[in-house]
Amino acid sequence: MSTPSQTVGPYLGLGLPWDDGPSVVDEGTPGAVWIRGVVYDGAGKLVPDALIETWQADADGRFDHPDDPRGATSGFRGFGRCPTNDEGEYGIRTVVPGALPGEAPHINVSVFARGLLHRVVTRIYFPGNAEANAADPVLAAVPEDRRGTLIATESGDGYTFDVRLQGEGETVFFDV
Amino acid sequence: MTALSDSGLILPRYRRDPEGTHPPLDSPGYKSTGLRHPKQPLVLLPHKLTEITGPLLGPGRLGEFDNDLTRQHPEEPQGQRIIVHGRLLDGDGRPVPNSLVELWQANAGGRYKHVWDNWPCPVDPNFDGVGRAVTDSEGRYEFTTIKPGAYPWKNHDNAWRPAHIHFSVFGTAFTQRLVTQMYFPDDPLFSQDPIFNSVPDEKARQRMVSRFDLSRTVPEWALAFEFDIVLRGREATPFEDEEDE
Ligand SMILES: [Fe+2]
Repeated sequence: MSTPSQTVGPYLGLGLPWDDGPSVVDEGTPGAVWIRGVVYDGAGKLVPDALIETWQADADGRFDHPDDPRGATSGFRGFGRCPTNDEGEYGIRTVVPGALPGEAPHINVSVFARGLLHRVVTRIYFPGNAEANAADPVLAAVPEDRRGTLIATESGDGYTFDVRLQGEGETVFFDV
Repeated sequence: MTALSDSGLILPRYRRDPEGTHPPLDSPGYKSTGLRHPKQPLVLLPHKLTEITGPLLGPGRLGEFDNDLTRQHPEEPQGQRIIVHGRLLDGDGRPVPNSLVELWQANAGGRYKHVWDNWPCPVDPNFDGVGRAVTDSEGRYEFTTIKPGAYPWKNHDNAWRPAHIHFSVFGTAFTQRLVTQMYFPDDPLFSQDPIFNSVPDEKARQRMVSRFDLSRTVPEWALAFEFDIVLRGREATPFEDEEDE
């Protein structure tokens, strides 16, 4: 039996942020974009004590991981981590992942916060991939009227992806 | 152990934990869950490439005294010196080697070195309460630190958190990511703590309680506690080419 999950509590900012956490790729990397967003609670108030973590394939759709049966890659870190600030905002600098076999380009997201006894997991999809998104089996399993919560919108330097933990426009969360 | 997914790739899958292992997101005794738990049902996520892979973070992320919280300042912190050690395992008892373990905690009086923590207990200038370690080839990790104190938190009348250390681990797959809290044996504050008691299953709850470990105490120096962390295991039986979880 697994060790149970517990909340990160209000002081996650002590232990979890890294200086290079938001940088999945370095500044100046070709194709680099910022994915920014705000985390909201069920009253529409911003959440200043959350942490966003991202996990994704590289621009060619590959993971630097021994369980990816397609073989080794360039050493792409694939992981991003950013606490929300006093305005509930986070930002991750990365590249848009490539498509995976049978899946549209996406980024897995874990959200941790005070008041979350277990992480909640969502996915970021991209607005330019209408055809691939329409064929994606994970999106297809989401009620149509809620799919939009998983699709980022274009912004000045990349994409916007807000997270609504509860209530109106609640983000779709997954049971992993 | 593996399944031929609809993409034609052979991929491992991870077992789901039995009901009661993890706290429900809606746990009214812990008031902050009220406006922060999703109310819509979770959508089942099949285990594909993004789920069965994950960040493999290791030695590159460690500084010299990251696993000794008593040596991060010129002077030693106040409090009871302890060794906290254990193994990072998957659900089949296999060690998870070369894997990052992060922790953060309050000082001996129960105060965090955080701008939002302002209860009347002094900050210890010689204690940051932040540590990192990487598991060895057998999944073992070890920290030297100070036993944290209990602290009040206003969740309910006269609410006190039992002494605890926050732990963050990755395992080898996105499915295994875990943040938990380590508690100390026989804490009289367990009975009134809605966070500890948010875990429905009694046996699962006891997995968060460390064990006093006389064999690892250091004479004239430090007490010791053992805390193994168990992550989800892989499916033991092969699956057909369908997503049937
Ligand atoms: Fe805490």
